[in-house]
Amino acid sequence: MKFNTFPGGVHPPEEKELSEHCAFERMPAPSMVVLPLSQHLGKQANPLVAKRAAVVQGEVIAEADGFISAPVHSPITGTVKSIGRESNSSGYMKEALVIVPAEAAEGEEIPDPVMMPPLNPDSATVEEIRARVKAAGIVGQGGAAFPTFVKLTPPEGKTIDTVILNGCECEPYLTRDDRFMLERPEAIVSGLKLIMRALGVSKGVIGIENNKPQAIASMEKAVATQNGLSVCALQTKYPQGAEKMLIKAVNGREVPPGRLPLDVGVVIQNIGTAVAIHDAVAKGEPSITAAVTVTGRGIRNPKNLIIPIGTPISDVIAFCGGLTDDAAKVVVGGPMMGVAQHDLNAPIMKATSGIVVLTHDEVRKQEETACLRCGKCVDACPLHLMPTRLARLAQLNMVEEAERLSITVCMECGSCAFTCPANIPLVQWLRLGKQRVIHLQRSRKNTAA
Amino acid sequence: MDLNILIAIATMGGLGFIFAGALAIADKKLRVEENPLIGQVNDVLPGANCGACGKAGCYDFAVNVVEGTMAPNGCPVGGQEVANDVAALLGIEAGEAVKIVARVLCRGGNIEAARKLVEYRGPQSCATMDLVSGGSKQCQYGCMGGGDCVDVCTFNAIHLNENGLPVVIDELCTGCGMCVKACPRSIIELHPADREVFVFCKSHDDPKTSKDVCEVACSGCGICARKSDGGVIIENGLAVIQWDNFDPDKIPFDKCKSSAICFLRDGFAEHQAEVAAAAAEMSPEQSN
Ligand code: SF4
Ligand code: SF4
Ligand code: SF4
Ligand code: SF4
Repeated sequence: MKFNTFPGGVHPPEEKELSEHCAFERMPAPSMVVLPLSQHLGKQANPLVAKRAAVVQGEVIAEADGFISAPVHSPITGTVKSIGRESNSSGYMKEALVIVPAEAAEGEEIPDPVMMPPLNPDSATVEEIRARVKAAGIVGQGGAAFPTFVKLTPPEGKTIDTVILNGCECEPYLTRDDRFMLERPEAIVSGLKLIMRALGVSKGVIGIENNKPQAIASMEKAVATQNGLSVCALQTKYPQGAEKMLIKAVNGREVPPGRLPLDVGVVIQNIGTAVAIHDAVAKGEPSITAAVTVTGRGIRNPKNLIIPIGTPISDVIAFCGGLTDDAAKVVVGGPMMGVAQHDLNAPIMKATSGIVVLTHDEVRKQEETACLRCGKCVDACPLHLMPTRLARLAQLNMVEEAERLSITVCMECGSCAFTCPANIPLVQWLRLGKQRVIHLQRSRKNTAA
Repeated sequence: MDLNILIAIATMGGLGFIFAGALAIADKKLRVEENPLIGQVNDVLPGANCGACGKAGCYDFAVNVVEGTMAPNGCPVGGQEVANDVAALLGIEAGEAVKIVARVLCRGGNIEAARKLVEYRGPQSCATMDLVSGGSKQCQYGCMGGGDCVDVCTFNAIHLNENGLPVVIDELCTGCGMCVKACPRSIIELHPADREVFVFCKSHDDPKTSKDVCEVACSGCGICARKSDGGVIIENGLAVIQWDNFDPDKIPFDKCKSSAICFLRDGFAEHQAEVAAAAAEMSPEQSN
């Protein structure tokens, strides 16, 4: 059987077997939560509570500031301990609220969590769905953490005909979307239908890589009775789950550089986002937990967990039996695009999808040599860029030439660096180049204005 | 065979004559008169083509000076000497060229600044370190020690010392400002060479954090600002010198717990000695 895919890409070891059989477990509330005000792309949320204020689980503690922003809800009932700069999985300290759980004093009762009133997912109107997704503070679970409500409110004049649910989970190690598809297929279908209703679309496709046969079977069963929904099995290849690659594989459309899926009539949502939308509408739950795969050979008991947001990574690791003796590197996200951590006090955030702990052997430093001009990176790049040349231009600070060769199109998927036999840290240079080009473009705009 | 060679020589030679003739005519007919002064001024300039004057290179500067759009003392590299020469050529006043040098305003080297649990791995460049949580030191404002400033200096005026901090050699520094632009953390500033006191810290961290991450961080306590009559102000947790009304005599240097505000030379000599001692104490395996 031939499976759809895109040109380019790489085949990193999948490593899914470490955690794919582990059913989701709920992690108990930790002894402290750290809630960054910016857990999404866009403007940081505005805190609504002061130090020492009492907060209830589910209460809005920071409101969205502007259109592209998202509110933050408290995952526990307790007291605000401080507001200030705290560790963050991005590697830099970020503004955050710290909340400690309330101790029930004599004769006092801990107030019940506040939830939003449940709606019937079969009859919720477009406005109701959008308002709920916005109020629940849901952000994209695919990595970029883009506020979901914005994606459900397309600008006037754009015609959308397809919603694709991204069930590729092309990052090695991660199994959380896989588990969702096995454990909650109805919630996923319900979430997908809500997204389709909000966008006025009648066609929904769930794209799944063919290394997850059980998930494909489970979802095929769930969509069998539904009109307009289908499952599309895709070849297992990294980065199959990148938006542009997924669209190319599912319906053959090509998103031009610098454009969005919206421009070819497609909206993509992640499996986890669909579940979150269903829970927000049908159960009234705000976005206060994250579904996270904790895995890797450096962790004693790999698990798939539902974790209250704000839980420090160190607590999560302890819950999974702690680190093994040869653990060397803790990565938040997947091993291809995730961020290596230097401080395990950093909290789990809304869009955290995985914690991967690698061992010394796995992160052995490879000697970097000069570029062999082998062209492997050029073949691997799914966006048809020339990584070796772009990286060199970034290194030499030749910003304009890098701009001309479309460096800003790079999505930092890491396929090029993965395949490079000379071990050149291509993505790091590419990121630098992109940053410089963006600065240049901004200063150009400023001088023009 | 012989004939072929002769034909080739004749053709090439003939072409040479024709083009030489064309060039000779063009030189007579199409000549653009250039002000000879431009060439003369260009000859006395350092020829570094560094762009520190703000022009595309030395020749461009010469054109501008001759046209009167720039002052003769506009070349920071050449200093007073070149300014005088240029002025003499043009027959105008040179104006005073103040010597400007680069100052590195962070003293949190490998010894003073706390390190992260894990080491940074990747290109040893401050620009790339800054993209991934900022290298191996905990301070988010301080020098990362990757030496981008050293790499860009065409005058070899800046180098990293054994403590991993950049040091400027005043005699070589021309104040061109390339290092200022290269530093992603904006740690280097240009100052008149005769300024003696600086706040050697750029950290806006709160007092506790700054103390935790670096021994020589400014905590923003404000002791130095209190009696300074506006010579020092505290801005967002950091002491900032206001050069217009700064008087070093009003600063209680010994009260600054971390010596973040101190004299360039005194502080530095002492500091260097400490660094050397500490470096000697560090066992070889530790420093590896
Ligand atoms: S990181 Fe950028 S250049 Fe490298 S393969 Fe991915 S998209 Fe292409
Ligand atoms: S894969 Fe590496 S060695 Fe080969 S051309 Fe690209 S950068 Fe050079
Ligand atoms: S690069 Fe910096 S240190 Fe070097 S000459 Fe220019 S100002 Fe001085
Ligand atoms: S002063 Fe700036 S550019 Fe120079 S080594 Fe330090 S961080 Fe890097």
